Amino acid sequence: MSTRKTLVVIGHGMVGHRFVQAAIERGLTERFDLVVVGEEPRPAYDRVALTSFFEVGAEQLSYLPSGAYDDPRVRLVLDTPVTAIDRDAQTVTLADGEVVDYDVAVLATGAAPFVPPVPGKDLGNVFVYRTIEDLEAIREASKTAKSGAVIGGGLLGLEAANALHQLGIEAHVVEMAPRLMAVQIDDAGGATLKRHIEQLGLTVHTGVMTEFIDGNDDGLVSGLKFKDADEPLPVDLVVFSAGIRPRDQLARDCGLEVAERGGILVDPQMRTSDSSILAIGECAAPGGKMYGLVAPGYQMAEVAVDGLLEGPGEFTGADMSTKLKLLGVDVASFGDAFAATEGALELVFADAVAGVYKKLVVSSEGDRLLGGVLVGDASAYGVLRPMVSSGMALPENPEELILPAARGGGAAKLGMPDEAVVCSCNNITKGSICGTIDAEGCADLPCVKSCTKAGTVCGSCVPIVKNLLAERLEAAGKAVSKGICEHFDLTRQELFDVIAVHGFQRFDDIVTAHGRGRGCDICKPAVASILASQFNGHVLDKTTANLQDTNDAYLANIQRNGTYSVVPRIPGGEITADKLIVIGEVARDFDLYTKITGGQRIDLFGARMEQLPQIWKRLVDAGFESGHAYGKSLRTVKSCVGSTWCRFGVQDSVQMAIDLELRYRGLRSPHKLKGGVSGCARECAEARGKDFGVIATEKGWNLYVCGNGGAIPAHAQLLASDLSSEDLVRYLDRFLMYYIRTADRLQRTSTWLGTIDGGLERVREIVVDDALGLGAELEAEMARHVDSYFDEWKETIEDEEKMSRFVSFVNAPGVPDPNISFSTTRGQIVPSQSEEPVSLGATIPVGAPTGAGAL
Amino acid sequence: MTSREWEPICDLAALEVERGATALVHGQAVAIFRTHDNEVFALGNYDPFAKASVLARGIVGTRGEIPFVASPMHKHAFDLRTGRCLDDDHVQVPSYDVRVVAGVVQVGPRLEVA
Repeated sequence: MSTRKTLVVIGHGMVGHRFVQAAIERGLTERFDLVVVGEEPRPAYDRVALTSFFEVGAEQLSYLPSGAYDDPRVRLVLDTPVTAIDRDAQTVTLADGEVVDYDVAVLATGAAPFVPPVPGKDLGNVFVYRTIEDLEAIREASKTAKSGAVIGGGLLGLEAANALHQLGIEAHVVEMAPRLMAVQIDDAGGATLKRHIEQLGLTVHTGVMTEFIDGNDDGLVSGLKFKDADEPLPVDLVVFSAGIRPRDQLARDCGLEVAERGGILVDPQMRTSDSSILAIGECAAPGGKMYGLVAPGYQMAEVAVDGLLEGPGEFTGADMSTKLKLLGVDVASFGDAFAATEGALELVFADAVAGVYKKLVVSSEGDRLLGGVLVGDASAYGVLRPMVSSGMALPENPEELILPAARGGGAAKLGMPDEAVVCSCNNITKGSICGTIDAEGCADLPCVKSCTKAGTVCGSCVPIVKNLLAERLEAAGKAVSKGICEHFDLTRQELFDVIAVHGFQRFDDIVTAHGRGRGCDICKPAVASILASQFNGHVLDKTTANLQDTNDAYLANIQRNGTYSVVPRIPGGEITADKLIVIGEVARDFDLYTKITGGQRIDLFGARMEQLPQIWKRLVDAGFESGHAYGKSLRTVKSCVGSTWCRFGVQDSVQMAIDLELRYRGLRSPHKLKGGVSGCARECAEARGKDFGVIATEKGWNLYVCGNGGAIPAHAQLLASDLSSEDLVRYLDRFLMYYIRTADRLQRTSTWLGTIDGGLERVREIVVDDALGLGAELEAEMARHVDSYFDEWKETIEDEEKMSRFVSFVNAPGVPDPNISFSTTRGQIVPSQSEEPVSLGATIPVGAPTGAGAL
Repeated sequence: MTSREWEPICDLAALEVERGATALVHGQAVAIFRTHDNEVFALGNYDPFAKASVLARGIVGTRGEIPFVASPMHKHAFDLRTGRCLDDDHVQVPSYDVRVVAGVVQVGPRLEVA
């Protein structure tokens, strides 16, 4: 008889998913088979980031893109509500009729949006804001709607208004209370936030009561009538965001105790009044109180797993602090934000011009921080919030904590006690993060994130985690300098600026003025790349030739046995039969191994260094040019066949790919760059796996950036939609140049994006909104590159000095290196390797070199 | 290798500063380097990690005071003076005696392992 038991999880939202994850990780599945029943048609996804759905799509938000857990003992049932729990029989009934026995049941049914009983709430085009389906419905309605109102000016309401704004609808926020985000921030903070939001073109109505929603003859929304207003506000879409209510109906139906104000009553171990049923997340009410945030829900999930493992966990309330970016405005509220503690004092800093409002609530003695509100600039949140939870003593001049850095502030430098909670989503303390960094030897942020989970949910603590890492590394004597190598204390970005400002063109001048020693294999190629990006000279010019990395040094890709591979450019992957034949003839005549690349071109392997000029002479004569497969530079712009041939295509993706590849060919960058253009949403060119991806729409082009294949794959994210070809090129020019200016050496665009404070949103501000006023400059730099492009292989074979480096031996130019030899596999050459150097014997043989080199 | 003779290779002026060149010396591929202070060094061209004849194509620089070449294959650093690998004490490539006579670079016998 099996001793395994069955655990049924009802609900597959963020908290249900977290419970299952913890159950797998912590070994609960050794004893239990899990049946997880979700009502939504898709697995759990990041509801906190719901607004980004329009930008990134459902897949990016998903926590389980594969649709199943790795553990075979977990069965996931989706798109199926649970209809009943029979506590006597210990069974759960699903909507499709299936009855599942349970030993333990976990309710994670979440919450539902509250829709107040306003007349007209059942009209067409009235929505709530909770699921991806809700957003899809809003998007559909937005196609014909001109203006919309969100009822509720809380956190979620502002997110919803942001979504309407993004969809191009005139957006109104309607709040009954006299200010926005009434639960979290005070009047002055609310006023600052309101100003910010109105500047963005949204309209905010505070202190108004909605009397009814007006409808037209088609049963659709036509307006919103406020009390005390004569005429209804004309809108054709309404979103309710007036709070949430716990979904406790299943629990009520089977007789579990519920709290007075809703929510399933649970004890500190998350047990309901029936000890074999637990409840976690927004449907649960520990001590009668529900928690409408994800962080406490995660804590409850962990506590529940703890209890089932007979561990000691207890849920004793949660930090309700919040930090978020609403419509680009930082808003944070933590601790006793309203100074409810007896004798509490308030310190306020407000700058109406900059739109910044900061308030600290301190104890009557002025020695403890109790809470605060930050609007417009929440950078101090990471330091301030832990000061509340840890109860550490305030410094002598606490006002410095909220003053701008230029006026003596600078909270980020303050110390924090080990027990301070840094990541409140996952409840991880400073002590445990530092301990893990030391124990695991983490040297970068991704490592710390994966080892500690800190910063993996809302991301607001990432700047602090970064600082802690730097602190630990410094303490361990590692990575004190930010310089790229022992010869420079400058970062790549600083080197880039130094070179731009001083106009240096020679490595010697740069290392003399700003570094030490004679350089190395790190700084020399980095400088070579920067010089190429700024001046676009020939990489084999006398002043830069000896700085070039392995492949650039011979304009080809070195392979295993010291031979090279050759890749001519085939823009967009389009090639004529005649040119294909030329490539075939060259490969045949020089006996090269041929392979089709992932970038839609052809790679020819096994060329001896001294053969490269002869091979390229043939290719250049036939109209080919360098493919820069050897450079940290633009490689290819891959395309699908597009509207010319494909019956689904909506734009000419091949033409666009060719135009982009020819525009950016030869552009040297911190790492290789790849692009892709798809002619429709089917995305056959896999453009979202590229540094820049372009996908055709009915109206133009969507531009995605910072995607990556390789070791750390990343989907490119939407930067701007429905662009004209001109705007697409303008934004791409700016984006690429900004990356080239600011990225670290060998940093792909996706990792670069991860290091930018503000992430994609910041990149969009700079590239699309031109927030730094850099747009024209970046475009001019790109124009300079485009105008100065030349084929470096053509110039090389026409220049005797450059050709002189392509010899096997300086004292025996005709003799091929005896260390290179080949055997045959599948009808083509492959390198054969010797375990030691090969000698030609004491005499140099005289005569023609072997192989095709003599052609 | 067994030869004790000096073999003339090329004019010093034909060697670019901080860039290697490959020479055929006594039947072996030898990497010749000229540093910024006009010193000339010669190492076996064979990178024992990559098992390929490539060292002359590496980037030349300094690590602290040590002049070195970084193999173009996997960037292992070799001391130009001794051939010792700076990343792995147990590995050394052959180094050869070099002199410049009347503007001509000559490579001599292989130096004994230090």
